[in-house]
Amino acid sequence: MCKRQSRSISSWLPVAGTGLMIFVIAFPAWASLGGDSASIQADQLQMRGTRQTIPAESYTVHEIQAATGVVVREYISRDGKVFGLAWHGPWPPDMRQLLGSYFEQYVQAAKAQSVSRMGRRPLMIDHPAFVVHLSGHPRAFAGMAYVPGILPPGVRAEEIQ
Amino acid sequence: MRALRILFIFAILPAFMFLCSCGGGSSRSSSSISPSQTITTSGTNVASISVNGGPLGNYDDAAFASVTVCVPGTSTCQTVDNVLVDTGSSGLRILSSALTVALPQQNASNGNPVFECFPFISGYTWGPVQTADVEIAGEKASSAAVEVIGTNTPVPSGCLDFGLPSSGTLDALGANGILGVGLFAQDCGADCPTTIYYECPSSNCQGISESLAQQVANPVSLFATDNNGVIIELQAVSGGEQPSVSGSLVFGIATQSNNALGGATVYTANPTSGNFTTTYNGTAYPESFIDSGSNGFYFLSSSVSGVPACGGDASGFYCPSSTANISATNQGTNGTSRTVNFSIANADTLFGSNDSALADLGGPSSMSAPYFFDWGLPFFFGRNVFVAIQGQNAPGGTPPYWAY
Repeated sequence: MCKRQSRSISSWLPVAGTGLMIFVIAFPAWASLGGDSASIQADQLQMRGTRQTIPAESYTVHEIQAATGVVVREYISRDGKVFGLAWHGPWPPDMRQLLGSYFEQYVQAAKAQSVSRMGRRPLMIDHPAFVVHLSGHPRAFAGMAYVPGILPPGVRAEEIQ
Repeated sequence: MRALRILFIFAILPAFMFLCSCGGGSSRSSSSISPSQTITTSGTNVASISVNGGPLGNYDDAAFASVTVCVPGTSTCQTVDNVLVDTGSSGLRILSSALTVALPQQNASNGNPVFECFPFISGYTWGPVQTADVEIAGEKASSAAVEVIGTNTPVPSGCLDFGLPSSGTLDALGANGILGVGLFAQDCGADCPTTIYYECPSSNCQGISESLAQQVANPVSLFATDNNGVIIELQAVSGGEQPSVSGSLVFGIATQSNNALGGATVYTANPTSGNFTTTYNGTAYPESFIDSGSNGFYFLSSSVSGVPACGGDASGFYCPSSTANISATNQGTNGTSRTVNFSIANADTLFGSNDSALADLGGPSSMSAPYFFDWGLPFFFGRNVFVAIQGQNAPGGTPPYWAY
């Protein structure tokens, strides 16, 4: 189990440094975009699942596997801010919980995109304050979000996945 | 007359296109057209479909069908036209504003009515789960659970928290409903979370675990015969764009003389996600899929594909200065793989016409990893695409699969 997980995690991470370590912590946790790492503890009742902490060069990734099959990765900077999120699973996650203070702006932006042109296509919101992507289809959704203003120096948005 | 037109499309037109391509310059070759395509137009298992802009005339690259719903066991029926044909989902959803017959409500064991919030990336559908005999062509799904969308019942927080827009009106949906004829027999599956189905007493809906038997069903899987899948057969688009394109939705795979697998290659899909692998430029993207309900070729990002993205009104699409030719390889979980060639034209230019069938419309699927290919409706032009339903028997492989 652990071996399989560590392989899958490392394949997702562009590992710049050496000695990637994974701690498997069997308690639930969840933080909101732009929030600090304390919010992980505050929100931990929201999602039943297991959490892994993966230290990288200039940030830490918390991976939460929920009972619903949704996997969320939270990217937390050295100063404790959640600067990015990525998720995938059969159904969309609780976006209000994930996006926190950005949720209402996201809802407005998603609505604006949906009325801009008729059609069913990936949702891509490139707001100056935040970026959100959602794609896929029933039984296989994927998405990511980040706050450009708090990306740690040298970290590319591409790393959030 | 019709025979003459088909003869023109499949015999004369390819020759004409060949002549065009000799001239070089602005070749508008669309997704590689199979010269051997035959579109079945007769049979009790054949429904006609059309890519025609839909009921509002503003829906590019979407196929529409007519579906008849009846109060179960009665002749009280209504035919609903302009229903979007979607191989990316399973189950029939109809706008309440388009429905005039009163269908019986599905209730939970405690008597409370069952509702559903079904998420699509373009928006959620919310409304009561009701029961209907669903009739298409000569086929009938008896007592199928369907979703009636856009009713006034307050939307629960578990649904709103997806953060998606509502698809509960004609203006939002661009169709009178969605006919999900995808890879699965039910819309949600065995591990359906409690954010999809709800029981709704007079106030305060509560999320429930809906059993497979009660879930909104792919009507094809409930047909008495021809129930192992469908074939979407759409004409090729001549010259890259046309006002409309017609075709057929054929039920069953190798169940009749008109729905043989023939020379089609089977690509099995991941039985959990319904995805397969597309490889582009040496990189494999294992979360790719074929979806008639996506209205373009959506793939990679502008930086990875090298195709410039549009700004302004056409934001979300690709806008190359000259038509870009793309080659990618699809691979099923059964290991079969074949290359697909397609073209991407400037979406700004395409949207400037009044045409609704756009062979070369596409856009990025995301702006950053993980990337994937969403083979949307343009993939179906000029190519018969088989969709085999999980749990059924079909030739050439174990469903869920696509074949083309």
